[in-house]
Amino acid sequence: MRVAVLQFPGSNADWDALHAVRDVLGADAWYAFHKGTSLGDADAVVIPGGFSYGDYLRAGAIAGFSPIDHSVREFAGRGGPVLGICNGFQILTEMGLLPGALTRNAHLRFECRDIHLRVENEGPFTDMGRGKVLRLPIAHADGRYHTTEDGLADLERHGQIAFRYCTRGGGEPEGSDANPNGSVGDIAGLYNREKNVLGMMPHPERASETILGNDDGFALFTSLRRHLGFE
Amino acid sequence: MSTPANFPGEPDSSPEIAREFGLAAEEWKRVLSTLERAPSYAELGVISVMWSEHCSYKSSRVHLARLPTTGPQVVQGPGENAGAVDIGDGFCAVFKMESHNHPSYIEPYQGAATGVGGILRDVFTMGARPVASLNSLRFGRPDHPRTPQLLKGVVAGIGGYGNCIGVPTVGGEVQFDASYDGNILVNAFTVGIAKTDDLFFGVAEGIGNPILYVGAKTGRDGIHGATMASAEFGEETDSKLPTVQVGDPFMEKLLLEACLEIFATDCLSGVQDMGAAGLTSSSVEMADRAGNGIELDLDAIPRRTKALSPYEMLLSESQERMLMVAKAGREQEVFDICAKWDLDASIVGRVTDTGRFVCKATPGYDPFDGTGEPDPVVVVDLPVDLLTNAAPKYDRPQRGRSDEARLFTMTGDGPEDLGAELVRLIGSPNIGSRSWIWRQYDHIVGNGTVIRPGDGDAAVIRAFCEDAGGSREKFLAISVDCNGRHVELDPYAGAAMAVAECTRNIVCVGAKPLGLTDCLNFGNPEVPEQMWRFSQAIDGLAAACSALGAPVVSGNVSLYNETDGKAILPTPTVAVVGQLEDPEHRIGLGFLSEGDVIAHLGRPSRGVLGGSEWLAQRSGSVTGAPVGIDLDAEAELQHAMLALAKKKLLRSAHDISDGGFAVALAESCIAYGHGAQVSLPSSEDAPAHALLFSEEPTRILVSLSPSHAGQVGDICARHGVPFEKIGTVTGQTVAIDGACEVPVEELAEAHASALDAIVS
Repeated sequence: MRVAVLQFPGSNADWDALHAVRDVLGADAWYAFHKGTSLGDADAVVIPGGFSYGDYLRAGAIAGFSPIDHSVREFAGRGGPVLGICNGFQILTEMGLLPGALTRNAHLRFECRDIHLRVENEGPFTDMGRGKVLRLPIAHADGRYHTTEDGLADLERHGQIAFRYCTRGGGEPEGSDANPNGSVGDIAGLYNREKNVLGMMPHPERASETILGNDDGFALFTSLRRHLGFE
Repeated sequence: MSTPANFPGEPDSSPEIAREFGLAAEEWKRVLSTLERAPSYAELGVISVMWSEHCSYKSSRVHLARLPTTGPQVVQGPGENAGAVDIGDGFCAVFKMESHNHPSYIEPYQGAATGVGGILRDVFTMGARPVASLNSLRFGRPDHPRTPQLLKGVVAGIGGYGNCIGVPTVGGEVQFDASYDGNILVNAFTVGIAKTDDLFFGVAEGIGNPILYVGAKTGRDGIHGATMASAEFGEETDSKLPTVQVGDPFMEKLLLEACLEIFATDCLSGVQDMGAAGLTSSSVEMADRAGNGIELDLDAIPRRTKALSPYEMLLSESQERMLMVAKAGREQEVFDICAKWDLDASIVGRVTDTGRFVCKATPGYDPFDGTGEPDPVVVVDLPVDLLTNAAPKYDRPQRGRSDEARLFTMTGDGPEDLGAELVRLIGSPNIGSRSWIWRQYDHIVGNGTVIRPGDGDAAVIRAFCEDAGGSREKFLAISVDCNGRHVELDPYAGAAMAVAECTRNIVCVGAKPLGLTDCLNFGNPEVPEQMWRFSQAIDGLAAACSALGAPVVSGNVSLYNETDGKAILPTPTVAVVGQLEDPEHRIGLGFLSEGDVIAHLGRPSRGVLGGSEWLAQRSGSVTGAPVGIDLDAEAELQHAMLALAKKKLLRSAHDISDGGFAVALAESCIAYGHGAQVSLPSSEDAPAHALLFSEEPTRILVSLSPSHAGQVGDICARHGVPFEKIGTVTGQTVAIDGACEVPVEELAEAHASALDAIVS
């Protein structure tokens, strides 16, 4: 299994993703720098977290115009699995590979803590079964997912909602801080229509080892490995 | 030699301008007699910043020499951009702490942000990749009108910078006290990892080697910032706004990646970041360390504004800039890597053998808008030595004080409802949860945070050490501590207690202390009582560092922390880096299992309440008899604690410090929602409230499986450390025999909402 981890200026969880995929999962993995145009012979692509281009215009906005993006679009268009985490999710929405937008957290602060999320739909990264509750960390200031009412209905109709924020026991947040940023529909992660592109605000790559006190996130990477037929 | 020229529009230097730039009258005379001429305007600017307290350490140098700075593990002691200690297999931990107090009071977000940016640069300038940051903050009293704005701004600024550059902020400390009402403290710490053989130093070596300027362009921000940091605040503080710099963490991220890539090519002979006093101090210090001279062509300085004068370019503290000395002929490698990271780089000078700091510039030529033609003249020509070793050095007068007036005597009985006292204390801003703060910091980026904020007495991080032989994981513990109240009551013992608490925190998570960095925040050194506090604190630090195995490898002094003549509490903040032999030795602070034995390790309490939070709240002042510290007993306790951790005999460990025994017990309960049934540890005869809330040092509260009690007792006995089983992890309350019983849930709620009154 071969994985390209994109590197934009300002990416800062690139190491986190590379470490999880290469050192913990055991895949071949490498950085693909934004000025290049080649993803090599990657089986999957990870767009890591960070502050690409400083997030100065809008989180993820400028990264959506990097030379490497052409290759990512082509790869995704061929059905290749792409995982965007945090800033990577923001970049995927700015590229138009995922619908909707990510805006400033409702409480306006950067927030880093563990939250719970529930698997809503199965896909390449989520074969752990609907209803499964994971504990994962978040670390973002712009994670409030927004789409129109029609857009939300569309996502539900096509089974694109991968994760929703939930309580520890899997219940609805019901306005509590179990939804940490005010995302519409408590959406924490989202597939494209074809379900090969996943964007999510929580960090599975930072919760993939017991030494870090939590390996719930590892399930996404083993799911991907199974999906690609490597086990 | 001709006298360097003033630039058009610049006045001739004069005693009045010298005074305005912060030079004392005798210092101005010294300039004239040394140079045998009047300095140019730009030269006067250069001399005044290099002779400022901030850059020259003129009041502190004679005292700093008493600190212990050596040890077999010390790779780099004080004097470089950061210190370094060996962590095995050819790697070292590189770390330093620095203050950014004055800028943060004027503009809390940018002041704190650029404080973080500056300390990160100090660490990666050494060739280290930063792996974690801490901060130590002091604000005025919780109900002071400016406290909410300052707290919110500082926390947002630290997060804004650290989160963006992607270095986790894994811990810290904060205290509120009226003495900081007009002078907050923002001390920032960063640790990084480097290969010991590949450390980089700030030396301008190799005559003729080109000097390169890399990073952000120069503007007018921060001019004379170092001088501001060396003056008291008064009524005109508002007008100092332009001296605060503005940070760009994205630029610094590019600079970090570019620097580490450039260092790996071995095409540099030296490098230094442009921090306080900007281009001036970076070039002068590099020349000084190598015993060489430097010549700068100011016409070549990248700039972002029109009509910059030499004075402005030399004193600007624009952020995210580095000065590099390349090996001759290898400049192109630097340019290529900078191009990859979209950074500006220019050759701005060369290393000379003159021992002089020479700057040239063209009056009327402005590369920013293309006005005029370059035809440079000499605008600065000063001996490097005048700006460094020959800078003023003072052994200022000291005066101790009579303690009698300070002693507060409690009259009458203690409080009746000790449970209510505990709830109030644990819900107060100085004791309660700091989660509102650390949730705004990305404390997990980098996949290395093993013990997170609030989970242990120190943060534990996993550092990935990569070399040709592959990747190794090293586990470091870091903590930052100081309690200015105890220092105020007894500067010697209080400073020693800061070191002891910090190394105690390190051993409580299962790590061995390796080295220490300090940030010495004090008042006006020209006031003999303040100078006495400083000198006493240095002696206390020195004694504790020696006794507890933590040599000082780097540090910073911040004096003149006064507003309108009122000094802060003396605050010698210390941060310690330790290492865990094995990550399985790590220990958190929370009780883990129902039925575990709770035990008290260390000195029996005497019930001395001096300097305690409880007494401060009760009396409204910093008062009481000082608690003192026995460093031999402290060292024995810490050795025993580390031995217990290595044998994996403990389930939790939490040092008894702010708030005393009852607070430590409650915190261990709150962590995972367990209750405790205990009796008060053996003590000298004292009232219950004094035993609950005394902040006497040299005590640790632990929990362990009942089956390990014998072994734990044996190890403590071998180290001569008192070990006493005091109770059991059980139930839903914190129950202390004869004192109080409070539901854990009630304590947890109070603890969690401790900062609400300030921030919401």
